[in-house]
This record gives sequence, C-alpha cells and structure tokens, in this order.
Amino acid sequence: MAPSESPTLRHFVAYVEDQPGVLNRVTSLFRRRCYNIVSLNVGRTHEVGVSRMTFAVEADEDTARRIEANLYKLVNVLSVEDITGKPSLTRGLALIKVTVGQEKRSEVLQLVEVFRGQVIDLDLDTMIIELTGQQSKIDTLVTVLAPFGIAEMVQTGTVAMTRGAKGSAAEGAAQQPANLRGIFAA
Amino acid sequence: MASPMKSITEPRAATASEEEVGLQTLTGSQIIWDTLVHEGVSVVFGYPGGAIMPAYDAMPAYPIRHVLVRHEQGAAHMADGYARASGGVGVCIATSGPGATNLVTGIANAMMDSIPMVCITGQVSSHLIGSDGFQEVDFTGVTLPITKHNILVTRAEDIMPAIRQAFYIASSGRPGPVVVDITKDAQQASIEHRYDPSPIRLPGYRPEHHPVPREIEKAAEMIKAAKRPVIFCGHGVIEANATAQLLEFVQKTNFPVALTLLGLGGFPATHPLSLGMMGMHGEAWVNTAVQEADLIIAMGMRFDDRVTGNLKTYAKNAKKIHIELDPAEINKNVKVELPLVGDVREILRMLLPQIEKRSCDEWNAHINDLKGDTAVREIQSLPDNGKLFAAHVIHDLWRHTQGKALVVTDVGQHQMWEAQYYKHDYPRKLLTSGGAGTMGFALPAAMGARMACPDDEIWVVVGDGGFQMTACELATCAQEDIKVNIAIINNGFLGMVRQWQQFFYGGRYVATPIKSPDFVKLADAHGLKGLRVTKREEVQAAVEAARAFKETCIIDFRVEQEDSVYPMVPAGNDLDKMIRRPVPVGVAGELPSEELPGEAIKDVPPHNPIFETGKDH
Repeated sequence: MAPSESPTLRHFVAYVEDQPGVLNRVTSLFRRRCYNIVSLNVGRTHEVGVSRMTFAVEADEDTARRIEANLYKLVNVLSVEDITGKPSLTRGLALIKVTVGQEKRSEVLQLVEVFRGQVIDLDLDTMIIELTGQQSKIDTLVTVLAPFGIAEMVQTGTVAMTRGAKGSAAEGAAQQPANLRGIFAA
Repeated sequence: MASPMKSITEPRAATASEEEVGLQTLTGSQIIWDTLVHEGVSVVFGYPGGAIMPAYDAMPAYPIRHVLVRHEQGAAHMADGYARASGGVGVCIATSGPGATNLVTGIANAMMDSIPMVCITGQVSSHLIGSDGFQEVDFTGVTLPITKHNILVTRAEDIMPAIRQAFYIASSGRPGPVVVDITKDAQQASIEHRYDPSPIRLPGYRPEHHPVPREIEKAAEMIKAAKRPVIFCGHGVIEANATAQLLEFVQKTNFPVALTLLGLGGFPATHPLSLGMMGMHGEAWVNTAVQEADLIIAMGMRFDDRVTGNLKTYAKNAKKIHIELDPAEINKNVKVELPLVGDVREILRMLLPQIEKRSCDEWNAHINDLKGDTAVREIQSLPDNGKLFAAHVIHDLWRHTQGKALVVTDVGQHQMWEAQYYKHDYPRKLLTSGGAGTMGFALPAAMGARMACPDDEIWVVVGDGGFQMTACELATCAQEDIKVNIAIINNGFLGMVRQWQQFFYGGRYVATPIKSPDFVKLADAHGLKGLRVTKREEVQAAVEAARAFKETCIIDFRVEQEDSVYPMVPAGNDLDKMIRRPVPVGVAGELPSEELPGEAIKDVPPHNPIFETGKDH
C-alpha cells in the first residue's frame, strides 16, 4: 500500500432524497466520524424529490473512500461521487459590502472589473459587489478590497459539477447501481 | 390504494369487492400489530406508557406474546438476545420520553454489534411535537447516531410501510437496530388498510455487495503462496451463517483460525486448528502467531482496537485479505492488500472451488511449539486446593454442560474467562456484548434468547456488578416463567476495573469494592431458586441442581477476590507484548523471565491469588 498522503481539499457530490432530516443525517455522520466540512451546499435539482449536495472536506485518499462508503450507508443518500481530480467546475458566490466614498469609488470599480464581478448596489459611502467564481478568486478579491474597508460579506458554499458527460453520481441517482464496486478496487 | 388504471391490468382486482382483496378499516395501533404479525413476529419485549397506550390496547387481538420488563433497557437487551440467538429480528416497544430514552443503551449496544432489532416507540401527538409536551423527547434525533436508520411516523397510512422498511433495513446487509417512532394520533387514527407484501423499494439503500471474479482469483493466489497464514473468524461468519463454509475452507487449507470475541462459536473451539480468541486477552501463542503471520484472512471482523493493540506494530509481516460486508470498514483501522466486499458465505462459496488442498504442517507445528506447556499450567486443569477460581467455575460449567449450553455473558473479567475457558463449538451459543461492552446485558439478553430457543440450556455468566445493573428483570423471569440459570462470578469487586487499577493505577482500588445483596435471598424474594458455592468440589452439584429446577436459579459463586485475567495486552501496546499468566508453584517448566511492558506494570504488587501457593492469603 502506498503511504497515506496528507489531507487535501476534496470535493464530493451527493444526491439525496429531498426529505426533512436528511441534511441532519449527513452532517451528523461527518460530526460522528470527525470529518471536518470546509463547505457545504444543498439545493433541489430538476428531479422532483432529489436534492444535490456539494461538500468540500479536508481528507486524504483513504478517508475520502470511507467518507464515500459511510455516506452510502445512509438510507436517504442516493449516490455519491468524489470529483476531486476529475475535470470539473467549482463555483461559489460572494456578496461583499465595501465601505467606499466617492473619491475611491472608481478605483474599486476597476478592481471589480478585473475580477469580472458586478456592482449590484451603490450608496453614497457603500457598495455591494457580487462575485461568482472559484474560492481562490473570491479570496483574492477579498484581499484586494480589504484596504478599502469591508463592512460585511457573505458567501455560499461551493457548488461543483464535472465537465462533459453526465457525472457518475447523477447516473447513480437515476439508475441506483447495485453495489459500490470499484470504490475499494485493490 | 390501487388506481382505477391499475385495476384494469389486474383481473382479480377488477372483479373482486374491496373486502375480498383485504381492505379493512383499522386503527394505526391495529396496523402496528398486523404488520408485526406479517413480519413473523411472535414475541415483543416492552413496557407501556401514555404515548404507546393505544398500541397496547390493540395488542391482545393479535397472536403476539408480550414480555413485560421492569426497565426498558431490559426490553432492548431482550430483543437483542432474541435476535442473536435466533438469527431473526428482535422487537422491543416502549413509550415516549423516558421510556424511549431507557432503550438507548440497548440500541447503542445492538448498533455496535450489528444486531437486527426493531424498536417501536410511542411519540406525543403530532400537533404537540416540538412543543416540549409531556414525555416528549426528540427520539429520532437522540438515536440518529446509534441506529442504522430511524423513522418518525405521524400518519396511520405510513405505519405499515415504515415498519416493513424497518425490518428490511434491520435485517439486510450489515444488520443493525432501526427505530420506528409513532405518534399517538397516528396510532389512534382509523384508515382503510390493506397489507402490502410487495418488495420494499428504497432507492438509496444498497445492502448487497459482490466481489468480482478477478478479486477472488487474486485471493486464491495469495492463499496458495502463504507460508504462515492465519484466518480470523469474526461475528460476520456467524451472522452470515457461514460456519460450514469456513470449516470446509479450513479442512482444505489447514490454516489455523483465530477468533474475535463475537466470532467465538463461528469455528469449533475443540477443532485442532482453532487457536481461540485473539487480542487483549487472547492467549500468547495466538497473538504471537498473528504477529508472525505472512497472510491474514480476516472474515467478518473489523480490526477493533481490542483485537489489534498498537496499530503501528500490528501484523507487520502479513498481507491481509479482508472479507467484509460493510465497505466503510475497509482500511478503517488496518490497511489491507485485498478487500473482498460482500457476504462471507457467498465469498467463501466463490473461493472454495479455486482453492487447492494443501498442508500447513510446519507453521502449525511452530504455533504448537509457541503453546509450550502453557495449557497444562492453566488453572482450570490444576488440582483443587480448596480455593475457588472463576476459571474453575467456567471450566466445570463447560464440562458439566458438555459444551452445549447457550451461554450469555455480561462485561468484565468473567466475560474474558468465559471466552477463554468455555469452549464454544457451535454458532449462536455465546451471546455477549462486544463492541459496546454494556454491563447489565447478560440477564435480559438471556431472557430474550430463551424466547428464541425454548429447548436450550441457557446459562447467564455474570459478575456481581453487572448483575445488579439489570437484576430487576428477575421479577420478569418470575412473572413470565422464564427459566435461565444464572452463575454470578462474585468476587466483591468491579473486577476488570480493579485489575486495571492493580496494573496501571498503583493498586489504588478506588470505587471498585462492591457490596452485594445476599443473592440467594434475592432469588428467594422473587420466588426463584438460589444456591451458594464457595468450593470447587461443590460446583458440579450446584450446576446439576440449577438445571433441575424449573424456575430460574441463581448460583452465587464466591470466587477469589483479586484474581486477574491473563494474558493481557495493555491497551495500545504491541500485540505480542503481554502480561503473562503467572506460573503456579509446583508446576513443571519455567516461563521465560517476565517482560512487563510499561513502567507502571513493574509496580504490580507481588501478591496475586492466582499463584496457587496459598501464601498470599
């Protein structure tokens, strides 16, 4: 066996039944097994009764496999996919309220332009910026805006999707595969 | 209910009246029992109360025996014991709030040992949920981490599907307890009902896994190449009813078998290739063999810390094949070369045709050498010197029951002695709380086992501490005419904790000396039988007397007070560095000088009653 590498940020996609308490079951599992959630996003999908979760977790390869296997043990979890390392897109959305008066406004607007953000609210001495992108992009914008004074900010959890054909989790949610073959391929 | 569209495709439904297809007006309470009867339930263990009263009121009309316990923890353990002994699903029932929370220990115990169990609890009416109503506890919230699944039911329509799902989930895949929490208004509502026997559809639940042929071939290659193999027999072998396949596998390969505590009985203890229990209180030769092995085939076990000791030094020389039903157990504690995820019996059936008959003489001879003369030094074989040791009691119990009794043990020293000295040749004849280590388990679990196995000779082996945790169930034995034999290994201490205090806490016996009631009088107070044994020569007569009584009988075995369980691998130590059994004086042969691990061990007081010298008292 290869020595287990150090934990890295990993992204999982899970399809779950849209029922009360399912989020609690998933988060309780993470708490119980001491897997630390970096980010979690839940929302309904185009399929009635099916929600999709994206979570980012710090984990090594072995832990990632056990997270997947443990999630499968939850009756309401339809399918799980570890999309780390697969060609995929991850996006988050942030709203950042900057304290900025007229004299520095154009400077901030230039920065927003560079990051392809949008100003969605403007006041005499504040501005709300909406930014969509990877976590690193959001973090960077926050860094460059900080000197102007950030009054408040909020961001969604990361959502993720694999590129190309339908992801295996999406296939799994539709087809209910008979087993987890491959998770522990030697 | 069937839609009109459907009835066109079903000729019978199109012509039959509603009565003929079994549509009835039933209350939710009646539906509970009707569904349980359909699931094959004949006995439930429970305790009534406000929120479950409608269900109890409906019960007498159904062919189900109810055992009224004295505390709901007892009900959970009885359902657990019933499931372990029968291989079926055990059922317990309790009211909301404290009734339900009293089940929690029993549910957690069943979860840790993967026992199929369905717990039906009453809940306050749906309009009161969330209002902190009288006897309201968020029971699905409480049991979320200690159940395989749980379901809150607020409508009578959902009761049958919920209970059917509960049985299916509890008994399929890796088994476990399922809670069905049913509100009082759901029990009281009347609906048009028909039992639906169609297969259960749970889109997210996939209990079955099957290895691919390539993996089986690889396992066969590893088995062929092995020079120093050891098979681990775990609880999964028993749960999967794979004992015959394991025996066949051993007959073909001649590989020795080490067992986990819960695996005992999965492979016959009297078979020459049985090494006995491994781990913290496994015999020295077993643990040494594990450390020297070049191949471990772990079947239906999960490398618990009590089995492995220090993971860093655990079985370093061995490649490992892990046959396990639960994918989440793979590489959890111990990294394995080849996981075979699936049912043990199915995998052994696939594997057997690919295995060639082979011998393993050199390795087995080496293991025999490791045993040395330890076996003859063991205390149960020593002549009676007037003292009574737990090992004597259990060894003699094994002899006088011809090794055929169904034994239920509690948790502590007596549990380890039982595992060492009662040779279990048959599966489901040792019931014990393994993963959770729940004191108080033995008596109620044995009562549950009695319901599953009316013809078995059942012995409860229990400590004086653990017995008192659920001794109230003696009254249940008396009321329900439940016959079990209870051997209390009474040493006046919480013995296992005392042993740890002796080894690791400088011999300071804090809160471990325990005063017990007169157990003979206690039995008498319940209208049961009680006996006391203080000498080895009295053991046989007492065992025979207990079996002859038609009532439950307690035998108060007054054993040596400061005896310890040997060998012992201190928690977290290397598996082959153990505290050995002291050498009784007058026995030929000498052990290599004791190497006691850790600083604290060197301070062990020199006196230990297991020395058969008589000088320490």
